[in-house]
Amino acid sequence: MTGPTNEAETVLRLDGITKRFGALTANGEVSLDLKRGEILALLGENGAGKTTLMNILFGHYVADEGQVLVGTGRTGLHELEPGSPHAALEAGIGMVHQHFTLAENLSALDNIVLGTEKLSSLTSAHAAARKKLKDLIERSGLNVPLDARISQLSVGEKQRVEILKALYRDARVLVLDEPTAVLTPQESDTLFGTLNKLAKDGLGIIFISHKLAEVMASSHRVAVLRAGRKVADLPTAECDLRKLAELMVGHEIVETVRDAGSPGAPLYVLDKVSAGHGRDALHEIDLTLRAGEILGIAGVSGNGQTMLARVISGLVTPVSGSISLAGQNETHANARKMIESGLARIPEDRHRDGIVGAMSVSENLAIETIRHPENQRFGLLRFRAMLEKARQLIEAYDIRCQGEDSQARLLSGGNIQKIVLARTLEPEPTVVLAAQPSRGLDVGATSDVHKRLLAARERGAGVILISEDLDELMRLSDRIAVIHRGHLSEAEETETLDRGTLGLRMAGHGGEEAA
Amino acid sequence: MIRLEPRPPASVSRMLAVSLAAGAAALVLAAIPMSFAGLSVFEAYGLIVKGAFGSVFAFTEMLTRATPLILTGLAAAVAFRAKLWNIGAEGQLYAGALAAVAVGTGAVSGPGYILIPAVALAGALAGGLVMLGPTLLKSKLGVDEVVTTLLLNFIILLFVQMMLEGPMQDPMGMGWPQSEPILDEAALPKLLERTRIHWGLIVALAASLGVYFLLKRTVWGFEIRAVGENAAAARHAGIPVTATFIRVGLLSGALAGLAGVGEVAGLKGYLTADLSPGFGYSGIVVAMLAGLSPIGVVFAALFIASIFVGADSMSRATGVSNYLADLIVAMALLCVLVSGLFLRFKVRFISAPAAKGSAG
Repeated sequence: MTGPTNEAETVLRLDGITKRFGALTANGEVSLDLKRGEILALLGENGAGKTTLMNILFGHYVADEGQVLVGTGRTGLHELEPGSPHAALEAGIGMVHQHFTLAENLSALDNIVLGTEKLSSLTSAHAAARKKLKDLIERSGLNVPLDARISQLSVGEKQRVEILKALYRDARVLVLDEPTAVLTPQESDTLFGTLNKLAKDGLGIIFISHKLAEVMASSHRVAVLRAGRKVADLPTAECDLRKLAELMVGHEIVETVRDAGSPGAPLYVLDKVSAGHGRDALHEIDLTLRAGEILGIAGVSGNGQTMLARVISGLVTPVSGSISLAGQNETHANARKMIESGLARIPEDRHRDGIVGAMSVSENLAIETIRHPENQRFGLLRFRAMLEKARQLIEAYDIRCQGEDSQARLLSGGNIQKIVLARTLEPEPTVVLAAQPSRGLDVGATSDVHKRLLAARERGAGVILISEDLDELMRLSDRIAVIHRGHLSEAEETETLDRGTLGLRMAGHGGEEAA
Repeated sequence: MIRLEPRPPASVSRMLAVSLAAGAAALVLAAIPMSFAGLSVFEAYGLIVKGAFGSVFAFTEMLTRATPLILTGLAAAVAFRAKLWNIGAEGQLYAGALAAVAVGTGAVSGPGYILIPAVALAGALAGGLVMLGPTLLKSKLGVDEVVTTLLLNFIILLFVQMMLEGPMQDPMGMGWPQSEPILDEAALPKLLERTRIHWGLIVALAASLGVYFLLKRTVWGFEIRAVGENAAAARHAGIPVTATFIRVGLLSGALAGLAGVGEVAGLKGYLTADLSPGFGYSGIVVAMLAGLSPIGVVFAALFIASIFVGADSMSRATGVSNYLADLIVAMALLCVLVSGLFLRFKVRFISAPAAKGSAG
């Protein structure tokens, strides 16, 4: 990919940014230049300080040291007022957050114009705004139904609204935080096509990512952050995947591989299960999980994965259909019954459903089996046994914490996930439900999750892996089914599938069109 | 410009320091209206302290006042720990008192070691049952328990008035709306001769230790804490959330009911509709001041009781209204709530953006 034009002009400069949170240095003397018309990828693992850096740029945080400089055309660089999102907007910095900041019950147009009109003006300048937006849409290809309510738009469309919102405010710098996390592969391609076009028009773009492939394919330059420091800043053309990966992680990477499995008899069966209503409903889901296999479930976020996980976890009872585990009917089993039947559940939102942050590591390790005789006698907690068990699990699962008494909320995401893994996998369950198990984890923690799931499969357990990460699914799953609008496709052998086919099915197209 | 930055969980010593600072700030703030009322601030506070601690009698009066506050404070604290917002301790207290009177005025007869437990049990049960309705409505239908428990207070108080002017009125009471007196055998014994301090205090202290033990050492307590801190995770981990709410609701109501039993059977001897000067509501303040700690509740109740008793005495000596006590208590609560901010956040003052660099 070619770089920006030679009349390269710096539109943004971060100069020696340092930000500390207590003892943690989130950013250490990070300096960064962005040229007009350039696409800069900010690459780093979770916790490397990417988002903190961008929040400083946008005025959500104030840097302890260093400054942000913006170039406004002819006058050269000048300092941006720290800690003021308003100043950042004024200076032409637009930000598209990972979690959209749109009012669901307003139209796309209203959302875009929101905040740009003066409170004192009595008339709404929608006509002028509409004209300007039509023009922007035409130039950028960001196709959005301006009058549709946000709640009716797809995730990809919402993202386009966010980008238009920035462009409407005459952004000269656009920052996107993990923009492809919620998109299908095809939607991601479209997005990068658009970004490329915008860059050609002179927009400076920073996109935050931890996906190497898209960084290689779509950026002009890569800056790599590791543990809060910039460890590399080089033209993308001079990189390759392996080099980037090593820069990002700091050491060589060993990828987990799945050997050929030998699936056994059906273990866990969903038969025409329907549940929920509205957008998140499931419609007559059929699923058969065999012993010793990993069954992947692919899909774009918000197509019923959450409800499926809740049904399997015993949190929601199906409206119709039946569930059986090892021949036993478990259709109406609640969470505790599911756990006792040998079903391990790894929740997709580990902070909300996985741990009680204010309780200790040992309490969180015991919470699912708190009524088991090993944890209580006559209703009294057996503290010593709980602490002893916790010490074993902390050791075996390499949970990094201040001790078994420290509050679970103080742990990093990866270690919180290890708590969940330890307490769910330790009793050697027959079925494992892993919902988005590596979401938001760094490379090391992700590979740990993968190893644990493969070990469970090795042991003869059946694993249901719900994920939005196609690479993860294709690497781990023996078979993959696709969920779209609450319907689950038939599972097919992973070796017969490719990313393109899966991508199309995730977008709701049948198998034939994929060819 | 002021900027708030999150800080890691505070240490116990820091929490104590902030609580004491909040108490001191409340006294300073309350001094302003005091001086407007023409009082010498130091003299007034001196009178308050003397009124609560100045003599053995003053001290026992303060402990007598603290007794129901400990129990209603525990009622609020245990419920709030599970995020069950029981604002109805006042009504549950009256329900407990009503049940105590119903059982203790002759319906059952026998020696003290039978009657006293029977009266206490009846009161606790009545309080618990009153709380059962709002708890079930909350967990089954999602009805806001703040509204239901609060409104039940008025319903129960009116019901008590109705009973006291009707079926339960004392025929020997010369038309006053009051119940028959509790039998001597059913009355809680006094702790000290010639004072009003009674065995309810021991019950309250034991309850505080009991609740502490329950929360800290038992499976039920574990489940209460888990549900209160993160109900979604508790449900996911297989903890019966509805059953936990019901247990907490019953316990909370029972503790408030016991407060009513103590006032009737330990102090007044008969029930009137002005039995409680808002002990149920003050219990919420006690629980908040104590940071929902069952042991802390005892100290918070002693603090509030000494303000109330001391201010009464100060009021008699100076002629300034004892509403001042409510004012000090309210200030203390506000200060404690604001102090929570200082525990969770670091407050930084940032000079105008022009003077950059000084922010760090």
